[in-house]
Amino acid sequence: MNNTYYGHLVFELSKPGRTGYSLPENPWAGAWTLNEIPEPLRRTTPTDLPEVDEPTVARHYTNMSNNNFGVDTGFYPLGSCTMKYNPKVDEEVAALPGFTALHPEQGAKYAQGALALYYEVQKMLAELTGLSEFTLNPYAGAHGELTGLMVIRAYHLAKGDTARVKIIVPDSAHGTNPASAAVCGLQIVQVKSAADGTVDIEDLKPLLGPDIAGMMMTNPNTLGIFEHNIPEIARLVHECGGLMYYDGANFNPILGVCRPGDMGFDVMHINLHKTFATPHGGGGPGSGPVGVRKGLEPFLPNPHVVKGEDGTFSIETSPDALGRVSSHLGNYGIIIRAYAYLLTLGREYVSGVGKLSVLNANYIKACLKDYYALPIDGLCKHEFVFDGLREEYGGAHSSPLHVTTLDVAKRLLDFGFHAPTIYFPLLFHEAMMIEPTETESKDTLDRFIETMKTIAEEAKADPTLLKTAPHHTPIGRPDDVKAVKDAKFVF
Amino acid sequence: MAKIIEGLYYSESHEFVKVEGEYGYIGITDFAQEQLGNVVYVDVPEVGDEVTAGETFGAVESVKAASDLISPVSGIVEEVNGALEDEPELINKDAFANWIIKVKLTQPEDLDALMDAAAYEATCN
Amino acid sequence: MKYFPHTPDDIAQMLQRIGAGSLDELFAEIPDELKLKRELDLPKAQSELEVRRTVKALADKNCVLTCFAGAGVYDHYTPSVIPYITSRSEFSTSYTPYQAEISQGTLQYIFEYQTMMARLTGMDLSNASMYDGATATAEAMMMCVAAAKKRNRVLISGTMLPTTLAVVKTYARFHGVDLVEVAPTADGTTDKAQLSVLLEGGDVAGVIVPLTNYFGIIEDLSGLAEACHAQKALLVVNSIASVLGVLKSPSEWGADIACGDAQSLGIPMSYGGPYIGYLCTKDALVRKMPGRLVGQTTDAKGQRCFVLTMQAREQHIRREKATSNICTAQGMMCLYVAAYLSLMGAKGLNAVNETSAAGAHALCDALCQLPCFSLAFPTQPFLNEFTLKYTGALPLAELHDRLAEVGFLAGVIAQGSDDLLILAVTEQRTAEEVDALVKAVKSLTQC
Repeated sequence: MNNTYYGHLVFELSKPGRTGYSLPENPWAGAWTLNEIPEPLRRTTPTDLPEVDEPTVARHYTNMSNNNFGVDTGFYPLGSCTMKYNPKVDEEVAALPGFTALHPEQGAKYAQGALALYYEVQKMLAELTGLSEFTLNPYAGAHGELTGLMVIRAYHLAKGDTARVKIIVPDSAHGTNPASAAVCGLQIVQVKSAADGTVDIEDLKPLLGPDIAGMMMTNPNTLGIFEHNIPEIARLVHECGGLMYYDGANFNPILGVCRPGDMGFDVMHINLHKTFATPHGGGGPGSGPVGVRKGLEPFLPNPHVVKGEDGTFSIETSPDALGRVSSHLGNYGIIIRAYAYLLTLGREYVSGVGKLSVLNANYIKACLKDYYALPIDGLCKHEFVFDGLREEYGGAHSSPLHVTTLDVAKRLLDFGFHAPTIYFPLLFHEAMMIEPTETESKDTLDRFIETMKTIAEEAKADPTLLKTAPHHTPIGRPDDVKAVKDAKFVF
Repeated sequence: MAKIIEGLYYSESHEFVKVEGEYGYIGITDFAQEQLGNVVYVDVPEVGDEVTAGETFGAVESVKAASDLISPVSGIVEEVNGALEDEPELINKDAFANWIIKVKLTQPEDLDALMDAAAYEATCN
Repeated sequence: MKYFPHTPDDIAQMLQRIGAGSLDELFAEIPDELKLKRELDLPKAQSELEVRRTVKALADKNCVLTCFAGAGVYDHYTPSVIPYITSRSEFSTSYTPYQAEISQGTLQYIFEYQTMMARLTGMDLSNASMYDGATATAEAMMMCVAAAKKRNRVLISGTMLPTTLAVVKTYARFHGVDLVEVAPTADGTTDKAQLSVLLEGGDVAGVIVPLTNYFGIIEDLSGLAEACHAQKALLVVNSIASVLGVLKSPSEWGADIACGDAQSLGIPMSYGGPYIGYLCTKDALVRKMPGRLVGQTTDAKGQRCFVLTMQAREQHIRREKATSNICTAQGMMCLYVAAYLSLMGAKGLNAVNETSAAGAHALCDALCQLPCFSLAFPTQPFLNEFTLKYTGALPLAELHDRLAEVGFLAGVIAQGSDDLLILAVTEQRTAEEVDALVKAVKSLTQC
């Protein structure tokens, strides 16, 4: 085993005449053939799909997987992404044919188990967040944000209030917040962060008025700092008639410790692929359930899963609902995984998630702050942000050999670690956002800390080594400019 | 240190206008191109389009950033710099020489609200 | 707790390094009134054996029916290699491939996926997936409006799937798009004449039509691209992915954007998801495209490699000016599709389409032998899905339910009707299953 790059594409393994499938003989052969398709409606150009045999396909994708790094490969401290271990039993139960073979249009009567599971997850999320009811239909976090903002708009519109077209978003917010608001037809008003990294209440006050639909926040915020003024902020926003939206991307560290509903939030989404341990899958499928406080339930998107008095479940639509955001009941297979995870945690271990993830983050921060610049000190929650190497290690910013956050990130790959989230949040030029989760051991963290120190020393002694990193990965630094300028999206 | 040229008009959002008679050449400043890094694409309006002072008329894109182009003046687009289509990196080479659009000024008084070189230099520090 | 690696000693050492006396002290800045003072009302923690039992019990409460339903979701065959490949945790437990040096696996399969979808639709390029067919169509609508700059009106054929129509309407309502639904003709097809009339208004940004529609009809889209382009509107063609192998492709019809759901490429039905939406377009529209895009480049050593590119369109850079808010989409399902199309190839896709359509025509013929069934749109061509008009004495909903009781999912009753039944057949159905369904229908309807 070595780290040689496997760079072939399946098209390059194709040879005319190879077959990778087998199907039973067509029982109706000859009775109807593709020639029956009226000629003007028939495809005339070739599809140019590869012709490959099964062993080649199996080996091709296995070789490709060896070029990939996942949570099962090593430590993945990607800030705001909550890269925790993905339990295998969750995969096992999600693959049960009693779920995978269900057609979404089959009547509720024949899918009682599936609906009971959906209902149970919905109830558990409500209890964990202090909200009243959830929809599990949104497919991902950003989709949940959009759905939640639609709930907020639908609520105002139902009252005949058409003037609320603005949403307040902190400058430290995830990029999806303003983007989701724009898709939802809302104008974005940015509120500044104070010196301690939390929302600046004095900057917020003048923004509040009859045109404000609400405010989006994540708590803890993207700097990993708990917005301790949240009761005051919620009060101010509510006083002006707006609703509070909670971006659940950073829910992990407070799981079982405190709840968005108790902080004054009205609407929130959860990323099941972050907090509830379902795999990220290289960019999905995820799941972004949306919860609301009492009174907002009717606005949740159709369809709803409803439990009748006799204990049976049905699928219903509500006339006040904001509409439909998904074809069916969301990424159902992902919901099964989250259910299995929740059962495993149970009431006994749920707060361990929050507490141990916070312990891990604070431990790394404490061990590395003499090497990396810490713009905001104090307790962090699930993550924290360094503003690059301290000058004594990274050199002066003006120097051509100044070692940047990108260089450190690339060098980390050489040591078998994934890089942190870099250049986000935008509040700091050399941001490096580190989020270890509760599933990482002290031993792993110690190895990471030692490596980060080694890299700092390397930066001082031999900056070029870092500026040309990585050196031991399947490929070197890719040419991003060429990828845009000589754009090639297909083979 | 970013280059600044005397005799041009500058906006807070780092666009410049070079006035020649009733026409203005609009581009981004050297400071702006330094901040953006390798420019890979410039999105421009069409000839004949109207641009309004303070409003977006296009965008400059680098690999990891994108920035809206905000028109410092109102006018009608007379010409777009076609060379940027194939070689957007010209902006990195010389931002002032490689203007993006040429407009016929419809409200020359817009210029009064812009900065001169000295005032602009102060905002870049 | 098996997912927490911390020993009590680890915790003590770490707290000491941090300078905190206890785990609770790490939450000292949170106002006390916000903290939970009680145990959460959740089930007791379960061991792995118990989790298996609990979830299995729920799975067993569902009825796995012999599927003759479609309506956008099809019971096609999944080659056994695919779950084997997709379960490799190097793929499944990775994040979006931001660090290209250690993510070539993900980037390469997405590049393969993009290539295959571009070839199937005939378009220049594909993005790295959307959530599902409905949201992909909604994104296509927003793309039309963004590309048109000053136009805000989009026309959509009423022959689209009702779920897709509903999702697109939701997005239109909140995004401020003037979406006009054009009712189907009496033949169950897109009303091209009405679309042309509306296009004449000169204010239309885009027109959205299906390739095969809700009733299973293969639509004749001739003339539409010309009508759209004459008015500077974009043509969006929505299609079930599998039929692209044999039907005139969106690009052959002159489409500017092709979108739809690719669940039909061997992805299990899984009660509604995860599936994968696709969105393909022409080079000229690439900067208006939502979602992630993988491109080819070279690394420092000159090797060919792949990266996420054109990121300046995306939310993490452009924030409210982004083409869309989408980030996490259905990444893993790109691998599913790439592996499926690699195994099946053009021949396999033809075979799947031919067997499925042959089965559908056989079922249609057999049911139409019964006096209470007739083809609802007898002059219209179809592949593996068709709509019957039912005139029996037993109400259709009751017949449908009684068939489920004996193990058949006998299609879908058309939305808003009580006499139209939409049935689909795939290559997974045997001649015996088709015969058995016909027999059951016969005995229940007594006709």
